[in-house]
Amino acid sequence: MPVATKDVLRLATVGSVDDGKSTLIGRLLVDTRLVADDHLDAVAAASERRGVGDLDLSFVTDGLRAEREQGITIDVAYRYATTPTRKLVIADCPGHVQYTRNMATGSSTADLALVAVDVAAGLKEQTRRHLVIAALLGVRALVVAANKMDTLEWSRTAYERVVGEVEAFAAVLGATSVVTVPTSALFGDNVVERSARAPWYAGPTVLEALEASDAGAWERSRGSRLPVQWVLRQPGGGRTYAGLVSGEALRVGDAVTLLPAGVETTIRAIRYGGRALDEAAVGLAADVELAHETDAGRGDLIATAPLPRVTRELEATVCWFGDDPLELSGRRLRLKHTSRTTPVRVRAIDGRLDVGSLELTGAEALATNEIGLVRLATAEPLVVDDYHEDRVTGSFVLVDETTHATVAAGMVGRPPFVTDRA
Amino acid sequence: MTALAPLTTPGLDHLDALESHALFILREVVAECERPVLLFSGGKDSAVLLHLAAKAFAPQGLPFPVLHVDTGHNFPEVLDFRDRAAERVGARLIVARVQDSIERGRVVDPGALASRNRLQSVTLLDAIAENGFDAAFGGARRDEDKARAKERVLSFRDEFGQWDPRRQRPELWRLYQGRVNPGEHVRAFPLSDWTELDVWQYVAREGIDLPSIYFAHERPVVARDGMWLAVGEFVRPRDGERVEERTVRFRTVGDATGTGAVLSSARTIDEVVAEVAAATVSERGATRGDDRFSETSMEDRKREGYF
Repeated sequence: MPVATKDVLRLATVGSVDDGKSTLIGRLLVDTRLVADDHLDAVAAASERRGVGDLDLSFVTDGLRAEREQGITIDVAYRYATTPTRKLVIADCPGHVQYTRNMATGSSTADLALVAVDVAAGLKEQTRRHLVIAALLGVRALVVAANKMDTLEWSRTAYERVVGEVEAFAAVLGATSVVTVPTSALFGDNVVERSARAPWYAGPTVLEALEASDAGAWERSRGSRLPVQWVLRQPGGGRTYAGLVSGEALRVGDAVTLLPAGVETTIRAIRYGGRALDEAAVGLAADVELAHETDAGRGDLIATAPLPRVTRELEATVCWFGDDPLELSGRRLRLKHTSRTTPVRVRAIDGRLDVGSLELTGAEALATNEIGLVRLATAEPLVVDDYHEDRVTGSFVLVDETTHATVAAGMVGRPPFVTDRA
Repeated sequence: MTALAPLTTPGLDHLDALESHALFILREVVAECERPVLLFSGGKDSAVLLHLAAKAFAPQGLPFPVLHVDTGHNFPEVLDFRDRAAERVGARLIVARVQDSIERGRVVDPGALASRNRLQSVTLLDAIAENGFDAAFGGARRDEDKARAKERVLSFRDEFGQWDPRRQRPELWRLYQGRVNPGEHVRAFPLSDWTELDVWQYVAREGIDLPSIYFAHERPVVARDGMWLAVGEFVRPRDGERVEERTVRFRTVGDATGTGAVLSSARTIDEVVAEVAAATVSERGATRGDDRFSETSMEDRKREGYF
């Protein structure tokens, strides 16, 4: 009968091209027997056809024709795995710099980064860039596979050098937990099965580290947020406001403020799928009835104290994905924040983030895949928290008004680990 | 520094979390797009999708019609179910027929016993264009196939209906962005993060009605291409094939010429859940002839506008 509910851990892979991210995920899934027999047969057949050995584990997630031809990951693959103790949602992300937008897509919903580092090469520039992006996106827990240990005859010195590099950089980025495991994803050492080749290593395997991680744990409460997504008209003339609860749980009787209008009222009733609830947990698509008559609609936000701020001016960190650079007099843009979309103008570019030194340097424009600090002015007021306070009310995307392409990921506020030299 | 809050409370029921995410996607697309439509095949995933759509907008009715692309090669149980399901939620049902595309010369009839799976893409894109739909909900899941594992929740289609896996829109957080220019559209997949087991557990929890062929029954079958095909109007035994009476059920529902049955004794939902939890072969691997043409069959079809 139904498998018991397990805690979900959402993780994204991080690392440079060729450090073995996809092989690591392939190994994890194959050794936990989470790949269906027919899928494994297909991977074996494709490996043989392309002359890359008996079983190219990266083919478990690199499923696109171009990916297999080029031996790289182009876009995120999502895999779902259930271990005896928890459910894993795995976003296997690309390592190439030109696919940074896809890596950011995969990391934006992750609680933990699974990092692959080639022990022979150390922490590469591209890995640092990805760690910075993951940290900007709020990923604070790292499990690091010091990979390809077989190529250095399981040298403890090489492993410890990587541990040192990773821990120093993670500390600067404000990581809350870092576990580094010596692995060979290719041969299956210390991924799922414990290896005999590193008797000096007493720590967990990669799978054990993932299962033990408290990355998804609930650590704070800072007010409920219900961005109104849709208004449901109830029989008898009442209205309820539907949205996904974020921040902390919302309860019947809670004193709330409808923003940006500033109307104070209370939660009279909460419903979910037609049934009445006393409390709506975070992540529930609830609809609520307010005690006072209001004209709330899509784009408004129902919040408990401490309240978010209402503003038309934003200081924000953006990852720019557009083909043309972000400039002051650039293309017309729209901003989507929670359920509100508004025209937006770039008032100033305050600097570009150097992902090596973590310094902000002066910039006139941001090129594709660059990260910068900007000031924005919106046509309509937004109801925001800083991103490092709330991932939902602190995030937005920028959309090209002409092509409707998504051209930037934005986070309200400035990242805590950046030094300003602009 | 403390960690950021996760997007869902740890301990929130797994099915509630998946359901909530799906309701959120349904509402978001309806709010952002002008003319959405829900693609309904009569299979279990689209039955779950229809159930979620009704839930997302209750007590009002569905704010969009339901489109069935009819290959003409149907299991009769599925057509009955389609009509019953649409009527129950009060949905307006549009049927786009591959046969009409053949008669209008848009596609060539491959013959009475050949799969029309690939032809469906043309019928589907024509129906989207004729009705001016700018968003189409589908029941596809990322765990079905390696190309689907790569696809966004809101997946952009150009004016030719093509999916370009190398140029997908970035899709961050849960900020789903579905605006398009005239002639383009998005496919929206509220069940992206669901697995086959999640679907069955949800069907059990919600008591969702499904076509009877999803449960074990006796029927004449022939073994072909490593699958059990149901002998009937669209599948005739070939020379050397022996018709056998077997107890089977279907794990997926597609074009009747290319959808295989699996040997099964699971006659109730609980038995199906247990069977799916223990399965070592994927649902498409066990049942879909159309995925066997090449290494990247699904990707190739999706590029052409397939579901």
